Amino acid sequence: MEHNVLNSNKHEPTKVAPPRPTTSVLGWLKANLFSSWMNTILTIVFGTIVFVLVKNSIDWIFFKSDWYVIVANFKLLIVGQYPNEELWRVWICLILISVLMGLSSGIWKGTMGHLTSFMMGIYIIIICLPFIIFETRVWLLINIAVIVAAFLIGTKQSKFKIATLIGWGLMLPIVIVLLSGFGVFNHVGTNLWGGFLLTLLIAVVAIIFSFPLGVLLAIGRRSKLPIIRYISIGYIELIRGVPLITILFVAQLMLPLFLGDSIEIDNVVRAMVGFTLFTAAYLAENIRGGLQSIPRGQFEAAEALGLNATFKMTFIILPQALRAVIPAMVGLFIGIFKDTSLVAIVGLTDLLGIGKNIISNPAFLGTQMEVFLFVALVFLIFCNMMSYASRRLENSLGVGKR
Amino acid sequence: MLENFNAEIPLEEREDIVICNNINKWFGNLHVLKDVSLSVKQGEVVVILGPSGSGKSTFIRTVNGLEEFQKGDITVDGIPLSNDVSDIEAIRKETGMVFQSFNLFPHMTILKNITLAPIWVRKWPKAKAEKNALELLERVGIPEQAHKYPGQLSGGQQQRVAIARALAMQPKIMLFDEPTSALDPEMIKEVLDVIKTLAGSGITMLVVTHEMNFAREVADRIVLFDFGEIIEMGTPSELFDNPKHERTKLFLSQIL
Ligand SMILES: Nc1ncnc2c1ncn2[C@@H]1O[C@H](COP(=O)(O)OP(=O)(O)O)[C@@H](O)[C@H]1O
Ligand SMILES: [Mg+2]
Repeated sequence: MEHNVLNSNKHEPTKVAPPRPTTSVLGWLKANLFSSWMNTILTIVFGTIVFVLVKNSIDWIFFKSDWYVIVANFKLLIVGQYPNEELWRVWICLILISVLMGLSSGIWKGTMGHLTSFMMGIYIIIICLPFIIFETRVWLLINIAVIVAAFLIGTKQSKFKIATLIGWGLMLPIVIVLLSGFGVFNHVGTNLWGGFLLTLLIAVVAIIFSFPLGVLLAIGRRSKLPIIRYISIGYIELIRGVPLITILFVAQLMLPLFLGDSIEIDNVVRAMVGFTLFTAAYLAENIRGGLQSIPRGQFEAAEALGLNATFKMTFIILPQALRAVIPAMVGLFIGIFKDTSLVAIVGLTDLLGIGKNIISNPAFLGTQMEVFLFVALVFLIFCNMMSYASRRLENSLGVGKR
Repeated sequence: MLENFNAEIPLEEREDIVICNNINKWFGNLHVLKDVSLSVKQGEVVVILGPSGSGKSTFIRTVNGLEEFQKGDITVDGIPLSNDVSDIEAIRKETGMVFQSFNLFPHMTILKNITLAPIWVRKWPKAKAEKNALELLERVGIPEQAHKYPGQLSGGQQQRVAIARALAMQPKIMLFDEPTSALDPEMIKEVLDVIKTLAGSGITMLVVTHEMNFAREVADRIVLFDFGEIIEMGTPSELFDNPKHERTKLFLSQIL
């Protein structure tokens, strides 16, 4: 035995254990905050600033501010003027989404699971808020139950995979039909859609529809056919050269001019069209960056195998190009999500628009801080969920690793 | 398209499967192929030698339409190579190509890399394509790697996958462009061995390489390129033992 040990020591390089990190609290403080005179001074200065900021914020949030404005207008902020007796349709939409989220997190676990648990967390917090009406609590509880049930089904039966994907694909049209009625239910005009519901709808529509358009424009910009190339370049540069707010005004005022008076297009659809066209141009440039990062050898290998242009793009080039630009694309989508608040300027009542209406109501005079903070909080939560999902997606697809 | 040939027939009596007549190509003002004419018989193994920059890669890439050429004509497997996309795609179906830098698809498993073209171009059912792919992986000696990604394999293994991927389309012609030049020395042999066994299988091959022993061993004919021209061609013994052209002698003296 001893002989063996000696022997193996002779042939293998000597092993050195890595230095153990110091784990004690005091040790950590000393190493990170008070390691030198300079560091100590910085720590004290910033410590004081942070302390004052936190103290004053807490003081304001819990003692000075009046959150009654949010309590009184909660429904307005979330769904706008959507009629009370038709609200069940919004709830059905949410339940359908809960079913899909539950199934997805059961089937794919990981990121979907985290996001779903996070949503459940938000539901539970809302249920616990003291001013929430009984009906809302019941609907939210139903949602939680549905998520859990769908999750259990998803873990057992992965054969729902394709059904779930199809479900996600059909979600947007179903939601739109449910919300507006379309002859099946009482018609609820888009002028009554508002609040966070409207924000979310505009953002989702813009993101979903700009994606194929952006891909086509990116490919078109690299086309060998001059007409296609110049149309793509012209479109992209035109849109990128104009402020978003101008595009929104143009969509509001000029779309009817182009399409004639005979076609009634309501304001919400106009805003959605404006956002989609805007997002597509920026997305195209992101995707073009990804296309350019693909080595020539990948194109040649695909061509040498006899793949035609469509197969080459779909199976070889686009998957790699899109993967490479996920961070940039999600950045763009987060930006678009926040920019939806610009529709308030063209007269739509999205989350921010409703907020502005509320503070101009004499009954809620002097409550703009509370309202804007609430609006900011809602945006913050959703934007962080998006960037979290993006980071996870990058990791699971191995972006930047290979 | 040509009929499958009978391997019993001696080489000289077989039909030509690749016919290149007076190919001329320019990159801008640079004349890289000058009146190159070469015909290859069914099942023949042609090795292309020549100094770096002499146009070997460019020539072999014109054969499957990866490079355009300005003058001359090429017929592959009875199909004239034109600007028509359907002709080019028909030719590419019958020609496999192996690149110096492997060019595997990094986002797909080895199995997917190999089955992609048979499934989408040849329209084979998935099961058939996968069975064929596994047999090919067996043939190139790495059956256990099917579910890994290219990035997890050594260079030699990747190049053998690339060969399997090209063979999966059951091509009549294989084009190799310096298949071992990017490999570490200890991996060159495993790849050359695979190519050698292929050479005996009756498939037509055009191979650009700098491996002289390999060339002597597998080639039916050796073609020497210099400055975009074919300066000499013949059997390995003619070319290596009795070179006629001064530039051939110079090239061989530098490389051997
Ligand atoms: N895409 C290209 N554009 C311009 N010149 C090129 C290109 N590819 C190759 N060449 C030039 O053509 C000549 C032949 O190149 P190549 O066929 O790669 O030679 P080889 O494979 O024999 O080393 C070289 O002078 C090279 O610089
Ligand atoms: Mg070369």
